[in-house]
Amino acid sequence: MLKQWKRLKERITPTDIVMWVIGGAILALIIWGSTATIAAGRYSSHHWFDFVIFGLAQGSIYALIAMGYTLVYGVLRMINFAHSEIFMSGPYTAYFVAAAFYRSGFLDQHPLISLLVIFLVAMIISSGIAFLLERIAYRPLRTAPRLIPLITAIGASFFLQYVFRGLYGSGFQAYPVVKIFEGEWTFGEFRILRFQAVVILAAALLLAALYSFIQRTRVGKAIRAVSEDKEASYMMGIDVDRMISTTFVIGGMAAGAAGVLYALMFKQVHFFMGFIPGIKAFTAAVLGGIGNIPGAMLGGIFLGLIESVGPSLFLDGLGIVAPYQLKDAIAFSMLVLVLIFRPTGILGERLAVKKA
Amino acid sequence: MMLFVLVTVVGLIAISVPAQSQDKLGVIKIKKGEPIHIACWMVIAGENASLGTDTKRGVEIATADKGGKILDHPIKLSFQDTGCNAEGGQAAATKLAADPTIVAAIGSNCSSEAKPGVPILWKAGIATVSPSNTAPYLTDPKRGPEYDGYLRTCHNDKVQGAVAAEFAIKQLKVKKAATIHDGSVYAEQLAAVFAETFKKLGGTITAQEAVAPSDTDMRPVLTKIATGKPEFIYYPIFIAAGGHITRQVKEVKGLEKTALMGADGIFSPDFYKAAGETAVGMYHSSPDFSAFAGGYKSFLEKHQKKYGEKPLAPFHAHGYDAAMMIFAAIEKVAKKGSDGSLTIGRQALRDALYATKNFKGLTGNINCDKYGDCADPKIGVYKTTTDNVKNLVMPDKPIWKPY
Repeated sequence: MLKQWKRLKERITPTDIVMWVIGGAILALIIWGSTATIAAGRYSSHHWFDFVIFGLAQGSIYALIAMGYTLVYGVLRMINFAHSEIFMSGPYTAYFVAAAFYRSGFLDQHPLISLLVIFLVAMIISSGIAFLLERIAYRPLRTAPRLIPLITAIGASFFLQYVFRGLYGSGFQAYPVVKIFEGEWTFGEFRILRFQAVVILAAALLLAALYSFIQRTRVGKAIRAVSEDKEASYMMGIDVDRMISTTFVIGGMAAGAAGVLYALMFKQVHFFMGFIPGIKAFTAAVLGGIGNIPGAMLGGIFLGLIESVGPSLFLDGLGIVAPYQLKDAIAFSMLVLVLIFRPTGILGERLAVKKA
Repeated sequence: MMLFVLVTVVGLIAISVPAQSQDKLGVIKIKKGEPIHIACWMVIAGENASLGTDTKRGVEIATADKGGKILDHPIKLSFQDTGCNAEGGQAAATKLAADPTIVAAIGSNCSSEAKPGVPILWKAGIATVSPSNTAPYLTDPKRGPEYDGYLRTCHNDKVQGAVAAEFAIKQLKVKKAATIHDGSVYAEQLAAVFAETFKKLGGTITAQEAVAPSDTDMRPVLTKIATGKPEFIYYPIFIAAGGHITRQVKEVKGLEKTALMGADGIFSPDFYKAAGETAVGMYHSSPDFSAFAGGYKSFLEKHQKKYGEKPLAPFHAHGYDAAMMIFAAIEKVAKKGSDGSLTIGRQALRDALYATKNFKGLTGNINCDKYGDCADPKIGVYKTTTDNVKNLVMPDKPIWKPY
């Protein structure tokens, strides 16, 4: 007993104690704020329902983008910072298709076919750019130290941003409104905006498809093998380069689809639009445990929910003025909180034993 | 005798020394044929580019009207982007301050840029006239000496915020209002002036919220605002966030019928692009174009001819006036040398700008007070119609004015 205690004492460093105190303080603040908010009774149940739906819609988009970060991290152990530009390129290009459909009236007559085309265009452009990016910017540097591809990724991010700014202009474009998705569905006291239901459903379908692709198919198995151990999979006859390219293409497709959903939700596209969602999705991937696919999904949805519900729930009760300005602060404090108690994210990094 | 000569000589030197260096901030010497450099620091790229492009065009037309020349020296204009944020303003001002050829500056556009930028310019002895900074702080008596080189030709938001509040109470007869700002100097102060006046006139402010300029999902904050059941929402912010709020407000339960009002920062065709159909029926406070001087009509014709479109934002005429004011001040203080050169004292130029009185500008009579407020502010309230959004043009006649 005494021996155990001694061993425990050796393992706890002063840093740990400081971290726990910070974590405990954040947790106490959250509990105190939430209790005060709920006690004040300013929001009724349908308000909370609205907050949750808004958060889910935003979160499922983060989850789709986070897939790209986590997949690439899985196979290459690098953070692809240009992923936010992959996210931007697809819907921005598809905007021109959407605008043409809108002007000709095709969008209103055949909304589903138009949407399908818009999604396809966005996904093809995004995955094409992801493919080229890997081929041109990352592959030649694969044997270089880990810091070098990271800096290259940041450079590629700027390059792509300003290429698109040059191509499409620095102003923003308004995405056309899809009429069938306007309005809302009501269930008694609760209601849900149609396009948010569409965004949540579409994202859920895509995430399920992606997950089963990685888990069930031969290619998915090969990708998982590459992320476990590149050399061993090479010896087993897996074309490693091709699997890495495939990973980028899949991540790009998810980002392109997420981009169109984002454009449908916010109806604006802009050359800089990828930056903030990109950072948030990266956070989501770390939150869930980077390299871990269900973790990225969970992290994205968790982050979306916290951003939407957090300011009202945690800060309103503390009497803080204009809490929504602090939305990002809350999201990132949650990241700190999660990493203090679970340094590898909610579901943990999924790495092969020898690399962990 | 020797002593007398010595005293006289010393005395003469003593008199002539201050006479030669004249200006306590130094002088700019422009050789014969060399240009007079006027630097513009404006938002000419990015999502708020319409604001800067509008004032840039005003300055360009003023230069053309002047024949491109002051006192036989060509006018050289240079443009620096400021990004509509504090960092951009600081970077642009630092760049300008390092260039000794700059005689005077025009800018900035967003008040957040002016706050860190103006002291940097003034430290280098560059006076700046802003065509569109409206935040009260910049010409407040308590602003400090580092803003001594700052003037503006646009209105002070003490006027604009009050007009919006009066309109809400007197014309729309609403009792409960909410405000949203984006943390920028401009929006925060304008929202505060509105709230103060609204309360003074007997209304209730249900919420004073804030968002970040980069936010896209406004539904949560709007849901929160909806719990106070306001009849009127005032959000004097910028285009991107303003567009998102306008689009999303109708989707939030309880806000379907709430009247919406923005300010001059989103009075632009670009805002109609961002907000689309949802902008129809909303109100804007902005300078009253119909109260502008007679020259405004021919200005619009020149604008149409030169750029092939209508003005993009409300501050083109203020840009024109800022440039004209600087030209007149340079003419007043520049000393011609016998070799065709010009000498301009920096302090003298600043003083001449501050001494501008009864100057006939496009926006009205320009009279600078001792804190640099020069405008003759006439603010009207505009209402957006379906045609405005469809053709991407701003309404040109206010529906209500307080005077």
